[in-house]
Amino acid sequence: MLKYIGKRLILMLPVILGISFILFTIMDLTPGDPARMILGEYASQEEVDALREEMGLNENFFVRYGKYVADAVTGDFGTSYRSSTPVVEEIAARFPATLQIALLAMFLAVLIGIPVGIISAVKQYSFADILSTVIALAFTSIPAFWLGLLLILLFSVRLHLLPAVGSDTWKHMLMPAVSLAAAQMATIIRMTRSTMLEVIRQDYIRTAKAKGAPQRRIIFHHAIKNALLPVITTVGLSMGNLLGGALIIENVFGISGLGTLMVNSVKSKDTPMLIGSVMFAAVIAGLVNLIVDVLYTYIDPRIKAQFVKKKK
Amino acid sequence: MAEMVKTGAKKKVKKRSQLKSIWFRFKKNKLAMFGLILFLMLVLMALSAGLFLDYDTDVIGQQMKQRLQFPSPEHWFGTDQYGRDVFARIVWGSRISLSVGLFTVGIAMTIGGAIGALSGYYGGKVDMVLMRIMDVFLALPGTILAVAIVGALGPGLVNVLMAMSICRIPQFARIVRSSVMSLRGQEFIEAARACGTKDARIILRHIMPNAIGPLVVQATLNMATTILGVAGLSFIGLGIEAPIPEWGSMLSEARDQMRYYPYLMIFPGIFIMLSVLSLNLIGDGLRDALDPRMKN
Repeated sequence: MLKYIGKRLILMLPVILGISFILFTIMDLTPGDPARMILGEYASQEEVDALREEMGLNENFFVRYGKYVADAVTGDFGTSYRSSTPVVEEIAARFPATLQIALLAMFLAVLIGIPVGIISAVKQYSFADILSTVIALAFTSIPAFWLGLLLILLFSVRLHLLPAVGSDTWKHMLMPAVSLAAAQMATIIRMTRSTMLEVIRQDYIRTAKAKGAPQRRIIFHHAIKNALLPVITTVGLSMGNLLGGALIIENVFGISGLGTLMVNSVKSKDTPMLIGSVMFAAVIAGLVNLIVDVLYTYIDPRIKAQFVKKKK
Repeated sequence: MAEMVKTGAKKKVKKRSQLKSIWFRFKKNKLAMFGLILFLMLVLMALSAGLFLDYDTDVIGQQMKQRLQFPSPEHWFGTDQYGRDVFARIVWGSRISLSVGLFTVGIAMTIGGAIGALSGYYGGKVDMVLMRIMDVFLALPGTILAVAIVGALGPGLVNVLMAMSICRIPQFARIVRSSVMSLRGQEFIEAARACGTKDARIILRHIMPNAIGPLVVQATLNMATTILGVAGLSFIGLGIEAPIPEWGSMLSEARDQMRYYPYLMIFPGIFIMLSVLSLNLIGDGLRDALDPRMKN
């Protein structure tokens, strides 16, 4: 198992390297001089030139990229052009807020999505099924930031129940997490419903029914394990979407997390900060995906068996 | 030669009947038909925008005397903080959203399709290199990649279009690749190759028509996510810029007036949702119609 995890981690490296290279190239090709940005409009050309030299901006593109990678390997992702704080520190300071919202959103999506999907499948074509299908359709189509605005309008402006901006208490987290969770929840409902429908038509379920096993036991003991496998993959892959969604949701609720950090560094052409934070997001999404894949082997004995065979 | 013409003709006949049966299955799906009608209405709205509403006076012309009026028979959706009619802006905005969606998917499908076809058809090293590059793009959540690209290129209609297209390329490449790989070894391809048909013609004429199903489904669903994505980018100020009436940027402007003029942020959101919903319904319906096993 450790070998498998190690292999997956090693496979992540070229991807991360690729991301950094692409971003580095994009940021390099676009107009705008970082030295000029740091010193401001009124600095003299000599000062700008001196800073360019000091920052190594006059070097060849590949030399600069090589330096960046060499530094990055030692954990130094450069300092922000805008705030002059080390990139790593800034990300570490901003990430917890984003992580809290993303995890809460994932939790909500799973907590509501899976049971609703199961009920929907077990009671196919009932009122509950139609209702949940309609809700799922609406939530896949609703723009998350608009949902956020509507929630603010209802709970903050009209009812004065929840704070509209900030990320200090759990109350602040609620609305961002719900807006972020909506689309994910809809996907989970639809996925659970369709796999569950497939599973409950299998022969072994019919056998269980014929044996006289109670419905509750059939669903929770026989069907659910097989039905949830593809759902778990979706949940794992959703971390990337949640981090991406946080980019916009954080803007709606004025949360200073990883998303706002990225947007601001894009707007101010803060190359080290942008590359650092995007790579960080990609690593997190990749790690969550890996964790889910590892969990998978514990849930599905077939995969474990395959894996054990390979080991021989 | 005569034989080739014959097989071509046969295929056409078969294809038409296949299309018919797909349409038959699609038609029976009420939700999908609802989506199609909704989408056609939106397209009609976009096409007829210029007939009733003038872009310069109605859509971007500012009339301060009429600012922030609530919805009324005169201004169906009210007016915004510059006195512009919200209904007119939404109608014209449909042109932006639908065309950005359409162009993005068109570009991504062409480039992604080409990459996928090359990768799947030739396999080996070509496949390795192309797919590893695609993996890099896939490792990044779409929104984050789009923001990074727009950040580098700067906001604006064309740049957003490019950023969105680049984000969507890998998905199309993957789908086409897997279809091509499953078809590559089949007998009719071997037969075509034995006849001396060129690779390009084999891919375009013999393989692609058989791979088009999943591609169309993906294109429809992708157009929906693109419309959502563009609205999101515009909302955070990295998309299509004022005064172009993009639905997302309209929401961004409406946010400041939310407390007292909430109607401003209701309508653009509804229209984003309707267009995304219609495309999702069509996409789901198409998937079921193309794969009858799914629906029983």
